[in-house]
This record gives sequence, C-alpha cells and structure tokens, in this order.
Amino acid sequence: MNNFEYSRATDVADAVRQIAADPAAKFIAGGTNLIDLMKYDVERPARLIDITRLPLKSVEETRDGGVRIGALVPNSDLAYHPLIEQRYPLLSSAILAGASAQLRNMASTGGNLLQRTRCFYFYDVATPCNKREPGSGCAAINGINRINAILGTSEACIATHPSDMCVALAALEAKVHVMGPSGERSIAFEDFHRLPGDTPHLDNNLGPNEVVTAIELPAEGYAANYSYLKIRDRLSYAFALVSVAAALKLDGGRIKEARLALGGVAHKPWRNRDAEAALRGEAPGRAAFEKAAAALLAGAKGYSHNSFKIGLARRAIIRTLTQAANATPQIQSVKKIR
Amino acid sequence: MNRPPVAQAGPRHTSTPATFPVTLTINGEKRTMDVAPWTTLLDLLRDRFDLTGTKKGCDHGQCGACTVLLDGRRVTACLTLAVMKDGSDVVTIEGLASGDALHPLQQAFIDHDAFQCGYCTPGQICSAAGLIAEGKAKTADEIRELMSGNICRCGAYPNIVAAIRQAMGAMGGKP
Repeated sequence: MNNFEYSRATDVADAVRQIAADPAAKFIAGGTNLIDLMKYDVERPARLIDITRLPLKSVEETRDGGVRIGALVPNSDLAYHPLIEQRYPLLSSAILAGASAQLRNMASTGGNLLQRTRCFYFYDVATPCNKREPGSGCAAINGINRINAILGTSEACIATHPSDMCVALAALEAKVHVMGPSGERSIAFEDFHRLPGDTPHLDNNLGPNEVVTAIELPAEGYAANYSYLKIRDRLSYAFALVSVAAALKLDGGRIKEARLALGGVAHKPWRNRDAEAALRGEAPGRAAFEKAAAALLAGAKGYSHNSFKIGLARRAIIRTLTQAANATPQIQSVKKIR
Repeated sequence: MNRPPVAQAGPRHTSTPATFPVTLTINGEKRTMDVAPWTTLLDLLRDRFDLTGTKKGCDHGQCGACTVLLDGRRVTACLTLAVMKDGSDVVTIEGLASGDALHPLQQAFIDHDAFQCGYCTPGQICSAAGLIAEGKAKTADEIRELMSGNICRCGAYPNIVAAIRQAMGAMGGKP
C-alpha cells in the first residue's frame, strides 16, 4: 500500500470542500474494497478523506411512504433493519447474498454502489486493463473471462459490476442522492452506473467532487412476491456468475406489475423494460417467464469462457420468477434452490 | 508482446506524512499509539501491541483469520485502518477468557476438536462470538452461512459448527 495523507471530514459540506481541493484524494468509508485495491497497487490515492463521522447513518421513512437510507448505514444494519426486512425483503435478501458477515458489518451503503469490478485483469497490475489504465487494452476479452459480462459489453471492456445489493436497488427503482460543489441532486438508479463504451474507467455518473449521501426507496417494496437468486461457483461468499432479482404484483391471477434485474452479467445491474412488459397482464407461469427471459437476454453475447452464462441466466430468470410468483423466495442460508 | 502498463498513475510520496495518535480500548485496557495512516488494525495489534493471537492470513479480507470484535461487531482487521477507529473498543482472542477460565467458545472448540493446525482458530472464535451476539443464526445452515467469511483449510467445518452450537446453548445467546 502506498503512503498517503489522511484527513477527516466534519460534515458533508466539508467533505465536498476537501475532495474538490485535492484531485488525488479519495473518500473512504467502510474501506473493504478500497483498502484491498490499495494493497494490490490498483488504487494509489495521495490522500484519504475519512467520511465515517458524517451524520449519514439513519434509515428513515419518507413523507411519501418510502424509505431514505443514509449512505453510511452498514450493509448488515440495512439488511436486518425492520423496515427493510418487512417492506423491502428483496433488498434484505440481496444484501445477505453478498460478501461475509464481517464485510457486511464494515461496508457502507454508499460504498456498495461504488465498488469496483472484480475482473481478474483489473486487479492484476501486470496486465493491460482499460478500466485501470485507459488505452492499455483489455486482457479479459481474449483471456480467462468466465466471470465477465455477456450484456452491454464493448471492445474496450467486458467487466461486471459485482454488487448484489445494487441488483435489488435497480429492481426497486431506488434513487441516489448526492452532494457536490454546486449542491444536491438525485440520480435514478438506472442512470447511476454506466455501460463501459469507450470510457470503461468511469464506473458511474457520480461527479469527481460529489459524495453519495443517501439512497431512497419508493413506497412499493414488492414484499409479497419477490426472490433474489444468486448462482456462483461455491455456495457462499463468492461473487455471482449470474444473479436475478424478481418482484411481482399479482392481481386476480394475473401479473399486474413486474420488476426484473440481473447481476453478474453486465457493467451495471441489467434491466430491460421489454422483459417487464412481457410479464404485465400475463398469467404467472412458464410461458410468460420464458418470454421475459428471452427479452431480458436479447443481445447477449458470450466470450470464450462465459457463453454458459446465457443459458444459466435464462434458467435462473425462470426459476426466480417462479419463486416470486409462488411466494417462496430463495432463503440465502438454504442452499437448495426450490 | 506489448509491455504491460504500470499501475494507475499517482505519486509515490517521498516525504513521510504525519502520524496520528490513536487511542483504543483493547481487551479492556486503554492504549494510545502514534500510527501512520496506512497502518491496519491487524498490523497495529500484532506488530505494535504484540497481540499476535490475531492472525494474518490472506491480508485481503477473504479468509477471516484476522477477525476481531470492533465496538462489539466482528470485522476483518486487515481491511481496517487503525487511524479511522480512534476511540473504539477492540476485543481480540486474547481478551475472551476470564483469567484462567476459558470463554465458552474456546472450551467448545477444544471439546469438539474444532481445529487441526489452529491458524484460523482465533478468527473463527472471534467471528463466532460476533455471530452469537448478532443473534441471527439459529440452525446449523444459518451458522454455516453466517460463518462463511472464515475459511479453514484443514476442513474442520463440521466440528466448528458443532462447537458453535454448544457454545450458543451454554451462553444462552449472549456474547
């Protein structure tokens, strides 16, 4: 790890002032990803600005029936918060599918959004990587790309976003509140993360001097019919090969509203309005679920080691929608897939 | 073959940035030390306070050997910067027993032969203490899932789960 300067931010405005004054600085909160990357020399900030003392640690109901989650709420506290467990169990389940108990105790809500890809070549500073070193090339495209993306890729980058939490936040249509030098703004979740295009070094649309202050959930939490299913190479504590967040509103034997998002397959949580439209008005069942899977995976492209993800994702989508429709969500501590 | 790129640009500092006084209550004892900001809690415990019970395994948060209780919650000390935790309470494996009386988890690990080489054991026991305090695990499945951040390369997992179940009963769910 490189030597660096250290300072503490006293409030949000001070955090924004400090980051704007030092382009080589980075914020640190939970540190579970940043310190790891610093130990691999992937990140080498000249200064860390500690934001852990900012007052962004509460989970509160909003006036319109939603919930506002402070950016510094630890992942574990969020997963086990009564409001989240009861009204947004999809989010709770997705968080508990990720990382380990220790890391969930440390990692912050805002930091979870900002974690970097786990692409092997991004981590290995001896190989080219357009995300780590723009213009150097992509070692994954013709490399060991079993874990890499099948949707929304570019010639420059086939990395995936590694978060489970973000897949649920995408399905729930959360909003990201940020603060910057010119004030506050909020970003729709689907506009927060980016596709790689020819600028894969940019993971998201957060400005260089902005800080995430909160995540806001709308009132509808899809608590009756949901499931988060994560498929990975070992049964726990591994990143997703494919994960699916499914949420349905059922009415009189028909699907009234549907939300569907994938993790582990793209540079951002993957949603597609056509897939959700294919479910609306249909009777929940295999025929409708297969159509939705086909729509969500439209344009999917495999590379030398990850073509299996296309079929795996198709089957996982159908299975997760079935779990959601039957109100038998995947329980993260039970490894049998129902 | 093209020469591989060097890591992301960013100056290597040649000057030594300031150290910071950090006060921690470690196993009930208040201790202060000047630390460089890049010192992890793990290195501080082992190298500066000579508390070598906490182990360095992977040093990347993947194995759990460095698990300690920070303000009562289990964390990996290798991914924790000491400077950020000024004022915190730390419990390590050295702080669990009461004098010569072993902590129920320590006794249970002996009773169930829940280790072979022992290197992961301090982390397993601190993590299990955190698990019991959290109160979320009731079944063996839940113990396995919520202990998945602690790797045992000797493969003592069945005995570790049995030991935790015994301690959980002995402690009545209290840490």
